[in-house]
Amino acid sequence: MSNIPADLTFARSHEWVRRLSDGTMEIGISDHAQHALGDLVFVELPDIGRRLNAGEACAVVESVKAASDVYAPVAGTVMAVNDQLRHTPELINRDPYGGGWLLRLRAESPATDVGLLSAADYGALITEG
Amino acid sequence: MPAAYGSQIEEHHAVRRAAGVFDVSHMGIVDLHGARCRELLRGLLANDVGRLSLPGKALYTCMLNEQGGVLDDLIVYYLDDDFFRIVVNAGTRERDLAWIGARAAAVEVRLQERLDLAMLAIQGPQARERSAALLTAEAAWAVLELQPFFGTQIGEWFVARTGYTGEDGFEIMLPTADAVSVWQRLNAAGVHSCGLGARDTLRLEAGMNLYGNDMNEQTNPLESGLAWTVAFEPADRDFVGRRALEAVRARGPERKLVGLVLDERAVLRSHQRVLVPGLGEGEVTSGTFSPTLERSIGLARVPIATDAAVQVQIRSRQLPARVVRVPFVRHGKALISLV
Repeated sequence: MSNIPADLTFARSHEWVRRLSDGTMEIGISDHAQHALGDLVFVELPDIGRRLNAGEACAVVESVKAASDVYAPVAGTVMAVNDQLRHTPELINRDPYGGGWLLRLRAESPATDVGLLSAADYGALITEG
Repeated sequence: MPAAYGSQIEEHHAVRRAAGVFDVSHMGIVDLHGARCRELLRGLLANDVGRLSLPGKALYTCMLNEQGGVLDDLIVYYLDDDFFRIVVNAGTRERDLAWIGARAAAVEVRLQERLDLAMLAIQGPQARERSAALLTAEAAWAVLELQPFFGTQIGEWFVARTGYTGEDGFEIMLPTADAVSVWQRLNAAGVHSCGLGARDTLRLEAGMNLYGNDMNEQTNPLESGLAWTVAFEPADRDFVGRRALEAVRARGPERKLVGLVLDERAVLRSHQRVLVPGLGEGEVTSGTFSPTLERSIGLARVPIATDAAVQVQIRSRQLPARVVRVPFVRHGKALISLV
């Protein structure tokens, strides 16, 4: 059974969003997504300062099985990326909601995460398959 | 067999460093009985079973169509003058049975598909020792004495020193009813459960072809890195596909299968385009991330004159790849230079 922390919101394309106290949003991929991908071997991250539209491809996570795009769940500017993933991409497999975070965005407006799913709704989505 | 039981990369390393077990019961085991078995197989297979004189000896071979295309690759065991066993791919099993069956009746050879047998591959530097520990002292002695590419019947088990990983080990064919308990005893003996994903990364590191990816009925062995498996001698042995292959050999094959190493942070995948400056294009036939080399490796079919360097189209980028001799890894050691 997938781990789905109740304090996060989720995109239908399996990214999670955490609101940090400094007002930025931390983004990663869900436990369900890392499990489906299998062992991750490479991660491509965006440049800091890049402006992203909601739904824009902003990172690539590549596993032994397949390469997969990661989409920005909200519009915003890239404030930080998780450089540790360049050498230890397996952090995403081990700790998808912690050490395996991908990037932090400053959202264009505080309400831009409307349309994202609650943990309960995301849980229902992946159970439906 | 699942893609992985846990981490595919851990399963891979278990086989390179210790021992792993794969359930390969999906493969087809077919026994051939009849006084004219050898004659039948000498006409059907591109390698020559006439070379097999010691009971239990195994031979890797392609089975070709008249055009020289590869219908399947398989292992044939010589067990007695009127008894051979072949192990074929799951996806080609039915076609193989029809193909062989159509020629077997005329020489009074009877095919017996062994659906009663499961097959476990135990592979890795400690695989033989840990497998033998499950057997009686007498049986353990017999299987540990097996030379590479030989098999022997031990009671209800057929144990062969063969595999698809580039490591030492056994493939064991045994009654299906015994398979689960043997699997559990292997686990208890420290043999790691391994899935299809690790099987693919291991075979690719070992430079072994996968039927359907690296060759099929549209490609011949000479352009698939399998010329070494075609026995053109003796010249008077006629086998299906021989004339077509001789024509290819006379004019020279136009393409070849090579190993590729990607030093960039990306992964080769089958069907990616390979760009060969001045010579045209090729295609990646198999690609993966190599856990042992910690970079991507692959096989590609390219123009025959392709030299040391090519470019591969990976998503939106063209990345340089090195052309290398396979295998990439053998007995746990990297055989290519890592820059």
